[in-house]
Amino acid sequence: MENIRNFCIIAHIDHGKSTLADRLLQVTNTISERDLQAQVLDDMDLERERGITIKSHAIQMDYEWNNQKYVLNLIDTPGHVDFSYEVSRSIAACEGALLIIDATQGIQAQTISNLYLAIEHNLEIIPILNKMDLPNAMPEEVKDQIIELIGCDESDIIEASGKTGQGVPEILEAIIKKIPAPSGEKDAPLQALIFDSVFNSFRGIIAYFKVNHGEIRKGDLVKFVNTGKEYNADEVGVLRLKPEPREILRTGDVGYIISGIKTSKEVKVGDTITHVKNPCTRAVAGFEDVKPMVFAGVYPVDADQYEDLRASLEKLQLNDASLTFEPESSLALGFGFRCGFLGLLHMEIVQERLDREFDMNVITTVPNVSFTCYTKKGEKIEVHNPSGLPKENLIDYIEEPYIKAQIITVADYIGPIMKLCIDKRGELQSQVYTSSNRVEVSFEMPLSEIVFDFYDKLKSISKGYASFDYYRTGFKRAKLIKLDILLNGESVDALSALIHVDHAYEFGRKICEKLKELIPRQQFDIAIQAAIGAKIIARETVKAVRKDVTAKCYGGDITRKRKLLEKQKKGKKRMRQIGNVEVPQKAFLAVLKLD
Amino acid sequence: MSGIYIHIPFCRTRCHYCDFYTTTQIKRKPELVDALIKEMELRQLWLEGETIKTIYFGGGTPSLLSADEVSMILDAANNLFRLDSKSEITIEANPDDLSTKQIRLLANTPVNRFSIGIQSFHNHQLQLMNRRHTAQEAVDSVKRVQDAGIHNISVDLIYGLPESNRTLWNQNLEQVSALNVKHLSAYHLTYEKGTVFEVKSRQGKIFPCSEEESILQFKALVNWAKEQDFIHYEISNFGKKGFFSQHNTNYWMQQKYIGLGPSAHSYNIETRSWNVSNLSVYVNTIQKGELPQESETLSEKNKYNEFLITSLRTRWGIKLDVFERLFGSEEKERLIQKAAPYIKQEKLYLKDNSMILTDEGVFLSDLVLSELMVLPDED
Ligand SMILES: Nc1nc2c(ncn2[C@@H]2O[C@H](COP(=O)(O)OP(=O)(O)O)[C@@H](O)[C@H]2O)c(=O)[nH]1
Ligand SMILES: C[S@@+](CC[C@H](N)C(=O)[O-])C[C@H]1O[C@@H](n2cnc3c(N)ncnc32)[C@H](O)[C@@H]1O
Ligand code: SF4
Ligand SMILES: [Mg+2]
Repeated sequence: MENIRNFCIIAHIDHGKSTLADRLLQVTNTISERDLQAQVLDDMDLERERGITIKSHAIQMDYEWNNQKYVLNLIDTPGHVDFSYEVSRSIAACEGALLIIDATQGIQAQTISNLYLAIEHNLEIIPILNKMDLPNAMPEEVKDQIIELIGCDESDIIEASGKTGQGVPEILEAIIKKIPAPSGEKDAPLQALIFDSVFNSFRGIIAYFKVNHGEIRKGDLVKFVNTGKEYNADEVGVLRLKPEPREILRTGDVGYIISGIKTSKEVKVGDTITHVKNPCTRAVAGFEDVKPMVFAGVYPVDADQYEDLRASLEKLQLNDASLTFEPESSLALGFGFRCGFLGLLHMEIVQERLDREFDMNVITTVPNVSFTCYTKKGEKIEVHNPSGLPKENLIDYIEEPYIKAQIITVADYIGPIMKLCIDKRGELQSQVYTSSNRVEVSFEMPLSEIVFDFYDKLKSISKGYASFDYYRTGFKRAKLIKLDILLNGESVDALSALIHVDHAYEFGRKICEKLKELIPRQQFDIAIQAAIGAKIIARETVKAVRKDVTAKCYGGDITRKRKLLEKQKKGKKRMRQIGNVEVPQKAFLAVLKLD
Repeated sequence: MSGIYIHIPFCRTRCHYCDFYTTTQIKRKPELVDALIKEMELRQLWLEGETIKTIYFGGGTPSLLSADEVSMILDAANNLFRLDSKSEITIEANPDDLSTKQIRLLANTPVNRFSIGIQSFHNHQLQLMNRRHTAQEAVDSVKRVQDAGIHNISVDLIYGLPESNRTLWNQNLEQVSALNVKHLSAYHLTYEKGTVFEVKSRQGKIFPCSEEESILQFKALVNWAKEQDFIHYEISNFGKKGFFSQHNTNYWMQQKYIGLGPSAHSYNIETRSWNVSNLSVYVNTIQKGELPQESETLSEKNKYNEFLITSLRTRWGIKLDVFERLFGSEEKERLIQKAAPYIKQEKLYLKDNSMILTDEGVFLSDLVLSELMVLPDED
């Protein structure tokens, strides 16, 4: 146990995590020169999904230092805050973290949130300045940022390059010398932390864990504490380039278990594995049932594909336990599902996977966050959908989720960024100049405000020179009202939104304008209205078409005319009929792109 | 009853609205005439010996052909096909080609109908369109054709031009009345891809007239026609009794036609085919004894859609008994059901077992049609 080191890597996208990890694997002979070469030479797609090696979520390396043999476990962490709970669990399995910063870029917001998580868990931080081979590296400035952030000595910062291999031995030495060995009681009852799981179509669910106390053997009868489920440990092992079965895993070890689990719902990240006989008295602290925070309706474009969509969502859920869905029907869109996501990125990933892996063409409605509604009768109702809100007169008050938003930018853009955040109901928490031209601000703001067009705006006002991250902080009371959209007098459920009173009028006006742009003219006038209750607060009209004729004669070319009309008809077929109005799919996401 | 269309692709210059297949290489006329006759030989059996009742020289600018060239082509047609001696033989002509001499020579050929491309009787509009004639030349050319004893004359006008208005348009119509021609083709301007007008309107250099103005001009046209005893027999065509274009009417009546020359289209109930839109390729292929053609075989659904598209353009509309004979009674019921909302809105009406567009419906005909049609991949 004294010779085990468990660590993770914290890095912003493209700062060089994969490349440096590959170096470590190479130097420790975990991966041969040939394999590495093959990997480098792989085609673009694979290249982009590189990190294949550490994509196995954890990998074990052997390293000899000062005539001692060490086992190094590199545990991968998901990069994005949508998965911050998962990040916190994998961090909890480590004793140290490599903090990789691109010397040409400096620290980014996302790095900071993950770094704070690591510091919270008392991890030993090893700061690394990567890409030192590049001529535009600015080591002095970036070192200042690092020192400011973690309060280390300048001499603690390792200058490295994943490209040339510079600094790699120093990194290995620091891992061994600075990161503490895991502490745990090897004679205590088994307590192991599940920090990740993957779905394998042949083996079922493979859960990854770290043994905090005790030991686990192949064939043991084990229990997952939070789900209460019991399994036979059919196979346990360690993760080299491929999984390698072992008879026994001891305190401090990181490994995997296969036990005939079929769906990812049974394996909850953060759960504790123990023995059925002689169980541990306490589970690993900090278990949370992760709850989706962003909800949206997902409907098949082709109504016939409802069952296919269900099947696809079920399959997705096999390896994405944080995705939730329940049947929902909309007057406008027919039958579909209300899906719950951890955040916006997660929503995008799911949408993309539906398209890429299942060839499912879906309409996604305007997403909303999960609200808590307290009724006058004292009930507490979780609202995932504007139409799920009780009647106005029954509501006592509503609470909405809040986040802490972290933005790092250059000083030039701080003004407009502050204004954006304040417009989005943000409250400034802190503003720190980390160097003469770099500012770090943090805001407390409603999650719902970043669901709508926040990223795009931030990006455009900062010309891309702002990095943004957030984590959830809790719920706060809010004055929210339901805004309905009516087309020719009929309320369109898929377009209604819960929105803060102060924004309602402007929002109503803008969405009507946007819909006017998106809904094609039809044979009659179409009234687009925004309403709060019975009160109309905005109105636009799409004027009826009065001329749609090919007057010119194309000689005997009837084919051309027929094809034109067929195209016109096809376009119509892709629209949704709401009452007597044909609405194109993109209208349902109109609210996201309001300017 | 079948027709022959002959495409003469030459133009001296190109008009700013026009996307028909044209070329300015007028010196290649002899090659074309040669190839047209060769194509007739190659396709002699295509119409399966049916009697030809109409021939139409379209363009481009057929009036650039000499009377001899016209005669050569018609002689060949007469030798190779069964040509009715009372056939309607139309030539499209541009006013600037219609000298007294040219008219006299053409009048001596079997050509018996002139379709003159006037477009407007206002000089500033003619200039805008890049036409080669003036308003006065247009008027004179019509009179000269009449003086030569030919009274079966049609003129083409374009309305809905940029910066047009009703006054200008009414003046154009009055001029048509004054000239006492028997037929008018009045087309609303369409902005065709790649034309000067389309490019300029995209660049914001010219402004299409408003929808409101278009509709008012169309209404003025319809009213004018009623007053002048012109029968509005097809979306863009108006004729005095007995002077409808038989050739064009055949297009709407599912009659066969053979199209000769580059870009010409042919139809024989089961297939549609079209020649390549390129003079050199056309001539070279024909000279090798091959046909420079593409074609499609019409599926049941294609036929269904085309029947609607062509029938609804005319004042006779969809003859429901013919429809039923072609597509069955079930389809007929379905069609009537689909049409019901439009009948209610008075875009369509039923009369004598036919389904016909109302005046208001005519201006929304594409919308109504696309609603009534079936998609090729649906059942
Ligand atoms: N010049 C240079 N480029 C590097 C270095 N490390 C990584 N890169 C490049 O930076 C990009 C992102 O690297 P990658 O390891 O995929 O970053 P990750 O997203 O953090 O995993 C790739 O194009 C690498 O080739 C380095 O030390 N020097
Ligand atoms: C193919 S042109 C040939 C006629 C002849 N070359 C001439 O210009 O007089 C037949 C008619 O189609 C009409 N036309 C052509 N392009 C048009 C457009 N883009 N919009 C409306 N009418 C058009 C014109 O009225 C024209 O006279
Ligand atoms: S309108 Fe007539 S003359 Fe003008 S380019 Fe077209 S075909 Fe030629
Ligand atoms: Mg990577």
